[in-house]
Amino acid sequence: MSIGIIPDKTRAYLKAMITSIRQQLANLFRTFLEYESVIDQSTSLAAYECDGLSAYRQTPLLVVLPQTIEEVQKIVVICAERNIPIVSRGAGTSLSGGALPHADGIVLSLSKMNRILNIDDNAQSITVEPGIRNLAVSEAVKHLGLYYAPDPSSQIACSIGGNVAENAGGVHCLKYGLTLHNVLGVTLVTASGELLVLDQQSLQSQGYDLLALIIGSEGMLGIVVEVILKLLPIPQCARVILAVFDDVEKAGNSVARIISGGIIPAGIEMMDNPAIRAAESFVNAGYPIDSAAILICELDGTEAEVESQIIKVDSILKNSGAVDTRLAKDDAERHLFWSGRKAAFPAVGRLSPDYYCIDGTIPRKALGAVLTEINRLSEEYGLRIANVFHAGDGNLHPLILYDANNEGEFEKTEALGSRILQLCIYHGGTITGEHGVGVEKLGEMCVQFSDIERYQFHAIRSAFDPANLMNPGKAIPTLARCAEFNSMHVHNGELPHPELDRF
Amino acid sequence: MSAQIQKVSIPHVNHEDDLQSQIESASANGAPVKITGGNTKAFYGHAVDALDIDVSGHSGIIDYDPAELVITLRAGCKLKDVELLLAEKGQMLGFEPPYFGEEATIGGIVASGLTGPRRGFSGAIRDFILGVKLLNGRGEVVNFGGRVIKNVAGFDVSRLMVGALGTLGILLEVSIRIIPKFETETTLFFEHVDAQKHIDWINQTRRLPYPISASVWYQGQTKIRLSGSLQGIDSACHDLGGDGKIDKDETWSGLKEQSHPFFGQVRSLARVSVPSVESDFLTAESQLIEWGGAQRWIETPQESLDQLRHQVESHRGTVCAFRGYDRHAEIFHRPTDAILALHRNLKSSFDPAGIFNPGRMYAGL
Repeated sequence: MSIGIIPDKTRAYLKAMITSIRQQLANLFRTFLEYESVIDQSTSLAAYECDGLSAYRQTPLLVVLPQTIEEVQKIVVICAERNIPIVSRGAGTSLSGGALPHADGIVLSLSKMNRILNIDDNAQSITVEPGIRNLAVSEAVKHLGLYYAPDPSSQIACSIGGNVAENAGGVHCLKYGLTLHNVLGVTLVTASGELLVLDQQSLQSQGYDLLALIIGSEGMLGIVVEVILKLLPIPQCARVILAVFDDVEKAGNSVARIISGGIIPAGIEMMDNPAIRAAESFVNAGYPIDSAAILICELDGTEAEVESQIIKVDSILKNSGAVDTRLAKDDAERHLFWSGRKAAFPAVGRLSPDYYCIDGTIPRKALGAVLTEINRLSEEYGLRIANVFHAGDGNLHPLILYDANNEGEFEKTEALGSRILQLCIYHGGTITGEHGVGVEKLGEMCVQFSDIERYQFHAIRSAFDPANLMNPGKAIPTLARCAEFNSMHVHNGELPHPELDRF
Repeated sequence: MSAQIQKVSIPHVNHEDDLQSQIESASANGAPVKITGGNTKAFYGHAVDALDIDVSGHSGIIDYDPAELVITLRAGCKLKDVELLLAEKGQMLGFEPPYFGEEATIGGIVASGLTGPRRGFSGAIRDFILGVKLLNGRGEVVNFGGRVIKNVAGFDVSRLMVGALGTLGILLEVSIRIIPKFETETTLFFEHVDAQKHIDWINQTRRLPYPISASVWYQGQTKIRLSGSLQGIDSACHDLGGDGKIDKDETWSGLKEQSHPFFGQVRSLARVSVPSVESDFLTAESQLIEWGGAQRWIETPQESLDQLRHQVESHRGTVCAFRGYDRHAEIFHRPTDAILALHRNLKSSFDPAGIFNPGRMYAGL
């Protein structure tokens, strides 16, 4: 509850009110939840103040940790009757503030609902509760020769429920798809507490594709309480090539040539010079620190297929201007090549007290132009930027280095981030490839979508949740918010990129 | 636009303003419209009694850069022209859409959501669509999604349009992810007298690292199609063996277009969709099984439909009265009341006056 400039007496009164509401609600929840499953003490509530985007913090009214679908339904019904907002939360690794608490609402943590309900070896599927960690799914089916393909970089910690909310991707999604392509069904508790089963195991959905709508909806259309995931056979063989370039644009073009040449790599990642230097000094992966860019390309499949693809990829890379290509000779070296890329974020973190990760997607052909402009913006704002890039699908992660202790530097960083995202829109891309809008990118949503389009989003939301209680205030900005954002970003009386066709 | 694009000669005609003014007045008058593209899938769903609005003239390629593997085009483009254009660049649509007639359009493909033999082994249209430009029921032109593969800004409206049968709006443009053509394809066949044997075999075999792109079981024989690199297919053929090999097999286009002999013999054709491993619904006298077991075409008289629906429902599946049924009776499997209520809410969020294809999907929607 936001308490602004008000007399001390009133402030004390409001505080007492909140404490009393909190107590009453906690008692009510404790009639059917275990005592410890309701968190109402401010010291314990602090752990839920923020998610992976720690710049935004808010203490919730309460945190509840249900263990069954029935408990989730009861919680939702109680909140619906009292008009109390619910923010559902998985592992709290969101980078966009998707799980930021609401001041007047509760956080519904699904971390205790982390069981595996069924493994169907024959159908190659697994039914899980949403709180299970992403990596735990693959670990549970490894003995069957199967795995779950989407592997966001937070996969050790992030939950499947969170992956569904954000439509999480990962290094391998170019070939194996996003969460959307690997979820066969969900069970959802709606804002009114009803249970919906959306099951596409039969491959032919009838009616509207509500499952597709739920995936990536940032917890605003209901609470996912069960998920059926598709499992894939672990590939027989995987090989990695590392290619060195003296020019980022050449590196970008080589990616387009590989893919349009009929080869879909299991992963193809690019790092620019600042990212290479940071990673190399951190993990000693053998990256050439003077190169402009490196590409790490993984191919998987049967031995015969991979062997033939390696030869083709190597020749495409050389013809595209790679100054050097290196084929990992064994699994140890393959992991070494990957180690630098996988450690890129912490490596950049060592160069600077803080860093801010941006998540724009662009058509691949725009890469050169976008990187040039990012470098110019970096100079304009006086902030260093390292770029890592899911090159196959155009998902760019510029990492802005800053120091939060310097007055105003975070605000400057956010402004630079916003400029980069608007640059992505300008080049026909989008403001978020895989991290979601959350609270972070509400402003840029005003640029990417028109008033009418945002109205449609709100209308869809109302179709599921007319009282606006599920994760309110996230993902879709209000008209007022956009009016404010646009007034701040008008230059010389013009809206940013008015010429833009935003398809 | 490059010279090659002109070669296939896809008409570039913008009907957006015209369509918009037609919808504005339909919306103002509450006058329902029946959206028609190539009119090749008119049989699918309930009969709609409304004024035709022809969208097939709204045609043209907006953007196609083969290196991006994405195409953006107006919904009235003819499927055959688009497939030719892509083939020129060694590319293709990844979901093998059925034509059911020369005039089939891209918009019709997306709206019907129908996919061909590949579906059992790779994605559906919803897995390839990246963005839409839509004319909603208020006569407004709106854009959702985009031209990039990874995009989580806003709700996924473009995927919601797939299979919506035009009940939410008129598709003006779509952006679709495309895939490179496979180096080669071949077909293997196996004698599997009973359907259960087929179901067990195909579900086991699909776990092996072979590039299976389609399967069918009909009259005691399993056929699989392999699509991939020469080396990959050679080694798969070697390992899988089988009772025969056919390099160019008409079966797959016959299944896609339902010109396969099975479809000619069947009078009332039910589409039974179940999880691929389901071991019920295998004993019908006249049936054909696709999609690794998930799509079963079963001849079912009108009077037995309800019973079949009831049985399939308890096996996490659905039944569609596909062809040869009373088109005023129930066609699609009725969802639960809660889900149907959501359908109505969503429909009115896009089309408050209820003018688009009323009743095509479900009565009252």
